Amino acid sequence: MAVQDKKQNPAFYALLAALVIMSVGPIALMLATSFKTNVDIYDNTVSAFFFTPTLKNYETVLCNVLWYEPEHVRYCDPTFGRALGNSLFIATVSTAITLIVGCMAAYALVRFKFMGRGAVSMTTLLMRMVPPAVLLVPVFGIWTFQYGLDQSYTGIILVYTAMNLPFVIWILQSFIVQVPIQLEEAARMDGANPLQVFFLVVLPIIKPGLAAAAIFTFRIAWNEFLLANALLGRSTRTVPVTIVNSITEYDIDWGVIMATGMLLAVPPILFTFAASRQIITGMTAGAVKG
Amino acid sequence: MSAASRANRLTPYLFLAPAAVILAFALLYPIGYMVYASFLDWSPSQRIGEADFIGLRNYTNLLQDAAFGESFWVTIKFAAVVVTLEMIIGVGLALLLDRNIKGMSLLRTIFILPMMIAPIVVGLMWRYMYHPTVGIFNRTIKSLGFEEGIPWLSDSTWSFIAVVIADVWQWTPFIFILALAAMQSLPRSALEAADIDGATEWQKITLIKIPLMMPVLIVTLMLRLIDAFKVLEVIMVLTNGGPGLSTEIVALRIFRTAQEFQELGEAAAMSNILLMLLMALTIGMFFYSKLQEARAARMRAAAEQEEAH
Repeated sequence: MAVQDKKQNPAFYALLAALVIMSVGPIALMLATSFKTNVDIYDNTVSAFFFTPTLKNYETVLCNVLWYEPEHVRYCDPTFGRALGNSLFIATVSTAITLIVGCMAAYALVRFKFMGRGAVSMTTLLMRMVPPAVLLVPVFGIWTFQYGLDQSYTGIILVYTAMNLPFVIWILQSFIVQVPIQLEEAARMDGANPLQVFFLVVLPIIKPGLAAAAIFTFRIAWNEFLLANALLGRSTRTVPVTIVNSITEYDIDWGVIMATGMLLAVPPILFTFAASRQIITGMTAGAVKG
Repeated sequence: MSAASRANRLTPYLFLAPAAVILAFALLYPIGYMVYASFLDWSPSQRIGEADFIGLRNYTNLLQDAAFGESFWVTIKFAAVVVTLEMIIGVGLALLLDRNIKGMSLLRTIFILPMMIAPIVVGLMWRYMYHPTVGIFNRTIKSLGFEEGIPWLSDSTWSFIAVVIADVWQWTPFIFILALAAMQSLPRSALEAADIDGATEWQKITLIKIPLMMPVLIVTLMLRLIDAFKVLEVIMVLTNGGPGLSTEIVALRIFRTAQEFQELGEAAAMSNILLMLLMALTIGMFFYSKLQEARAARMRAAAEQEEAH
C-alpha cells in the first residue's frame, strides 16, 4: 500500500531481525556443530559459533563414498553412505512415478469431466487427514504377508506414490484448467492423437505446476521415517531411519549426528531457495482459494 | 464405430487407470484392512488369517486402559495449546508485517525453511539445544550465573513445554504465510473507505481485516489442527513420549504399540479411533467451507440486486 510506504519504525526492523534469527538460528547451530570436534562440543569455554572448524564429522559419515580414506576413521561404518544412496533412489523414483501417474489422472479429470473439482478436493482433504501412523499397521501387514514387498524398494515406492497422489492430482488440476483448450484442439486438427496432445502440448505448459508437485512429493519421500522404518530392511534403509537408530543409543556422538542431519536437510533447503514461490503457491492453494 | 473413435472414448479411462489402481491397492485397501485388523488379536509373526477374531475387545480394552486415556488427553492438550499459540503468533506477525518492504520474498523463503526440513532433523536440533549440559539454553542460563539449568527433557512439565516450543517454531510460519496471503487479497476499497472515515489502525484490524479474513483463518486453523494430530517424529526424537507418559501423543503410542509391544490389533484399534476423530474434523471443515461459499454467493447476489435498483 502506498500509504504505508513511508519510513518504517526502527522497532519494525528489530522485530524482523529477531524473527530471522529465531527461524534460522537452530539450523545455523546444527550446521556449526557439524563442523565441531566432540572435544569442542563438550567444552564450555568454546563458543557455539566461533571455533576451529573441522570436516572430520562429515568424513566419518561419508567414509565409504569418499575417494580417499580419512586417516582418523579407524573403522568405516558404511551404513550412512548406503542409506544416502537408498534415500536418493527411493525419493527420486517415487517422485517420478507420482508425477507421471498424477499428471495423467489430473488431465483426465479436467478434460473429460469425470468428477467435479469438489469430489477431488474432498478426496484430497480426506487423504491429507490420514496420519502415516494410521497406515503403519495395515501397510506392514499387507506388504509383508500379501504383496511380499517388505524390505524392497518397490514396496516403499508404492506407499509413497499412493500417499502423494491425491495432493499431486489436486494441485496439477488447477494448472491444467488454465491450459487453453484451443491449443489442444489445434494440435488435434493437425492429426495428433490424445497421447501426443498430452505429452507434447499440455505437459510443457504446466511445468511450474510440475515443479511445485515434484518438490512436495520429493520432500515427503525424502523426510519420511515411520513407514520406511517398518518396511525397509538392513540394506535398503533410508537416512531418517539410520538417524533414529543412532540416537536411541545411550551415548550420542553429537558431531557426527549433526553432520548426518545436515546432509539430510540440505536437499530440502536447496529446493526452498530455488523454488520458494512454487512452494508457497502449493501451500496456500488449499486454504486461500478453497 | 471405428477403431480410432473407440480409442478416443477409452482415453480418459486409460489416463485414470494407473492412479486408480495405485490408490486402490496402496491406500484404500490398507485402510479397510486396518478397520478389520482392529477386531483381531494379532502379532507381527502371524499372518492375518491366523489371528483370532476377538470382536470389540481391543476397543473395550483401550477404553479401560488408563495409559491410553492419558495419551488421548495429552494429544488433545498438545493440539489445542500448539494451534492456539501458532494462530495468535502467526496472525499477529502477519498483521505487523503486512507492508511493502523490500526483501519480503526472501523473508518468506527463510520462514518456510523449518517446515521443509525433515521432522527427524528438527527433533535432533532441538534435542541438542535442550541438552542438559552442552545445549545452548542451559549453557546460556548457567553463564548468566544460575546454578541449575532447566530440566528440559527430564521433567514432565518442562518436556511438554519443550515439545510445544519446537512445534511452534516449526509451524507458526505456516499460519503466518497463509494469513499474509489472505490479508493481501483483501478488498482495498474497504480499507480505503475506513481510512477516509478516520478509523484507527486498531479499528481497521478488529473491525475490517480480521472479520474479512475469518473464512481463510478458520480453514487454516482446521488444516493445522489436523496436522497437529499427526505430529510424531519430532516428539519421538525429543522425548520418545516420556518422561512417563507426559508427551506420548496417540500417533506415537500407535507406533510404540506396533513396534515395541508388537500388539498389531490394539495398534489398529487406536489408529481407527484417531482416524475417526480426524475424519470428524475434516468433514466439519469441508462443510464449513461449503457453507461459507454459499453465503458469499448469496451476499454477492444481494449486492448485485442492490446495484440494479
